[in-house]
Amino acid sequence: MTIEVRDVTKRFGEFVALDDVSVAVDDGSLTALLGPSGSGKSTLLRVIAGLEAPDAGTVLIAGEDATGVPARRRGLGFVFQHYAAFRHMTVRDNVGFALSIRRRPKAEIRARVNELLTLVGLAGLHERYPDQLSGGQRQRMALARALAVEPRVLLLDEPFGALDTGVRAELRAWLRRLHDDTGVTTVLVTHDQEEALEVADRIVVMRDGRIEQAGTPRELYDRPANDFVMGFLGSVSRIGDSLVRPFEIELRTEPVDGAPEGMVRRTVHLGFVVRVELVLDDGTPLTVELSRPRAEELELAAGDIVWVVSDVARRPGRPPATAPAPAAGR
Amino acid sequence: MAHSRASKLTVRGLALGYMAVLVLVPVGYVLIHAFKPGLTGVWNSLTTPAAQHAIQLTVEITAIAVVLNTIFGLIAALVLERTRLRIRYVLDLLVDLPFAVSPVVVGLALLLLYGRQGWFGGWLTDHGIRIVFSMPGMIIATVFVSIPFVAREVGPALREAGTEQEQAAATLGASRLQAFWRITLPSIRAALAYGVVLTTARALGEFGAVSVVSGRIAGQTITLPLLVQQRYQNFDQTGAYVAAAFLAVIALLVLLAMTVLSPGRRKTR
Amino acid sequence: MLGLGIATVYLSLLVLLPLAAVAAKAVTPRFWDEVTSPAARSALELTLGASLVVTAINVVFGTVVAWVLVRDEFPGKRVLNAVVDLPFALPTVVAGLILLGLYGPTGPLGIDVAYTRVAVGLALLFVTLPFVVRAVQPVLAALDREAEDAAQTLGASGWQTFRRVVLPALRPAIVSGAALGFARAVGEFGSIVLISGNIPLKTQVASVLVFGQIESDDVHSAAAVSVVLLLLALLVLLFLRGLNWRHSRHGA
Repeated sequence: MTIEVRDVTKRFGEFVALDDVSVAVDDGSLTALLGPSGSGKSTLLRVIAGLEAPDAGTVLIAGEDATGVPARRRGLGFVFQHYAAFRHMTVRDNVGFALSIRRRPKAEIRARVNELLTLVGLAGLHERYPDQLSGGQRQRMALARALAVEPRVLLLDEPFGALDTGVRAELRAWLRRLHDDTGVTTVLVTHDQEEALEVADRIVVMRDGRIEQAGTPRELYDRPANDFVMGFLGSVSRIGDSLVRPFEIELRTEPVDGAPEGMVRRTVHLGFVVRVELVLDDGTPLTVELSRPRAEELELAAGDIVWVVSDVARRPGRPPATAPAPAAGR
Repeated sequence: MAHSRASKLTVRGLALGYMAVLVLVPVGYVLIHAFKPGLTGVWNSLTTPAAQHAIQLTVEITAIAVVLNTIFGLIAALVLERTRLRIRYVLDLLVDLPFAVSPVVVGLALLLLYGRQGWFGGWLTDHGIRIVFSMPGMIIATVFVSIPFVAREVGPALREAGTEQEQAAATLGASRLQAFWRITLPSIRAALAYGVVLTTARALGEFGAVSVVSGRIAGQTITLPLLVQQRYQNFDQTGAYVAAAFLAVIALLVLLAMTVLSPGRRKTR
Repeated sequence: MLGLGIATVYLSLLVLLPLAAVAAKAVTPRFWDEVTSPAARSALELTLGASLVVTAINVVFGTVVAWVLVRDEFPGKRVLNAVVDLPFALPTVVAGLILLGLYGPTGPLGIDVAYTRVAVGLALLFVTLPFVVRAVQPVLAALDREAEDAAQTLGASGWQTFRRVVLPALRPAIVSGAALGFARAVGEFGSIVLISGNIPLKTQVASVLVFGQIESDDVHSAAAVSVVLLLLALLVLLFLRGLNWRHSRHGA
């Protein structure tokens, strides 16, 4: 099922949450809407779901204009960040809710709920109340609830945001497997770049109600359209006017023509990677990441003088950071 | 906080002493006092035609007021919590006013509207409708004074429940009415029940406003609280205390319901 | 929205319209004379004075009772907790009769305060008991005990800790509970009517005066005094809103 958002604008009072946004989601894909808080990603998801009405623009679902269709008739599954569990209902009644709204026979509901609870790994917890579940279990219940009527599209709003790191990683992998098994078109909102890179086929990076770039994780990481996208997808270091990934910088212990000079302040061993913190001769700080063998080869210690070599031109897709692009660090 | 045992006992003694002097001893004394005429005496005192009529009238008026204010309180709470329009500040104030206004003033206000000299008095007389000095006026007075309770109890519960569960229901295909019955109402039912109990207590015991608009016509517009006063003023002290004790027993039942449904208890399911 | 319409109509017809009728009746050139007549002045002064004294006592004892209910443990505590609501559950006229029974002329203790100003105060204390207690109790229960422990480690005594750490946190709740109790006291009628004796210029409170004026068909005077009571009620409600607004703005 494809989703197409065309020229959508949404304001809350003075605040422009979505500023003329257009985006397309392919059938069967897992797309991540990625951006900092206030970037409009959740609003975009809620507009797709029909929970917010756009001030301008259209939403097409499977090629049909769905802009005026109420949420309950869109046939989409929605998973909320804080689960939105029905607290007065058991797990069974939560998951069976959509089916009972549609007046399906009791036996059918029972069978489908059992099947779904097994799918999400909650078999045997039918009679529990949401308060008696852990955060991860509650979110799985919410997923099962959304999947009950076989939605055409699954929308997830920061689904793992309220969970511990360990549970989050586990559910992330599980979501990806679930998507591969069911093939349902999925849109996921997240502010966590690692989550987006790990789970999604396609990433839409948003900022200030606009779309900065859309593409595969690889495209975005290797050929970011601007400094913001580059900075949001992984750590960056700044040399002069250019941004570089910290592991793309080489250090030399002998002078190199035209290379800036710096002094080592501190080296930090992070397993395979060694992080070197420098101060360049113009006083600006710089962080460089070396592999452990390379770091051992150089034998760096605080106070050593090094020369910094980087090969930014290696990536033709990226415009020079000096261009008046909507720059990072604003 | 580590308190000395002496200061702890002093504070406890102060609280218990205050409650004893003000509430416990007087209430206990009256309950005992009321049973002086013996069980038969109490029974006879409560089964006189006047007392029977008063009990029936009180129950009817209370039932009507509770039903009306439960429905209205739900609507008002939803409007006050879910509307962002400016008018909600005015409505919010109006919901609280009956709580702060003297019941006697309420009675006067109804006289000035529906009494013979009142704004609608002429029209009502022409059409043969009696409001003041009869049951409709007493119902209006009782509804007035018990307006705030359901709305005030349900409001915070609605806020705590939030709108996310209703949105989830919508994405799962529920209409607004279905979402209200199956999601909103169950999540506020404890607060609603508590509000209904408070409304019932207030309506049962209303005295000042009803006293003014009822005209206190013997055998016709005397509710239980009015009966207490009437008996006392007719030097039937024993009868007054029996009727008072009867109301006090109802109050204790209300109290029991309040304790079971109190906000502190509600959290733990 | 349908609900908005229903709420507006219901409140306008049931609350706004009747109170407007009172205000309209009170607006006469004689308004000032009505509310400053000897009987009216005495009744209003007594009502205000008694309500203020009662509010002050409620602030102290309401906080003490709330403290004991939250921080103390003793047998019968749950019963005591339930009893706090009794004055609310009890019809006001019954409350008056109950106090009269124990502290009246036929009382077993030989204490007779009936038909005095003390009786008025006693009745008002009874009916306003729950307000401060129920306002303070949840706030006290939710209070962070670590702040008190911290104060102790910094050398504060038990009393200093209460006065400088606990009390400031409770103040908004105490004030709003006291204000509600004050509004209730100003308008109270049922519990006073039997026990005060309604002696003009001595024990007659404003609501009882209004009642008498209605009985003697003096509706203009009744409306005039009522408007003063109405304004007081409105003032308290607006004060509470201002308090809430300030409170939420400071994010406390």
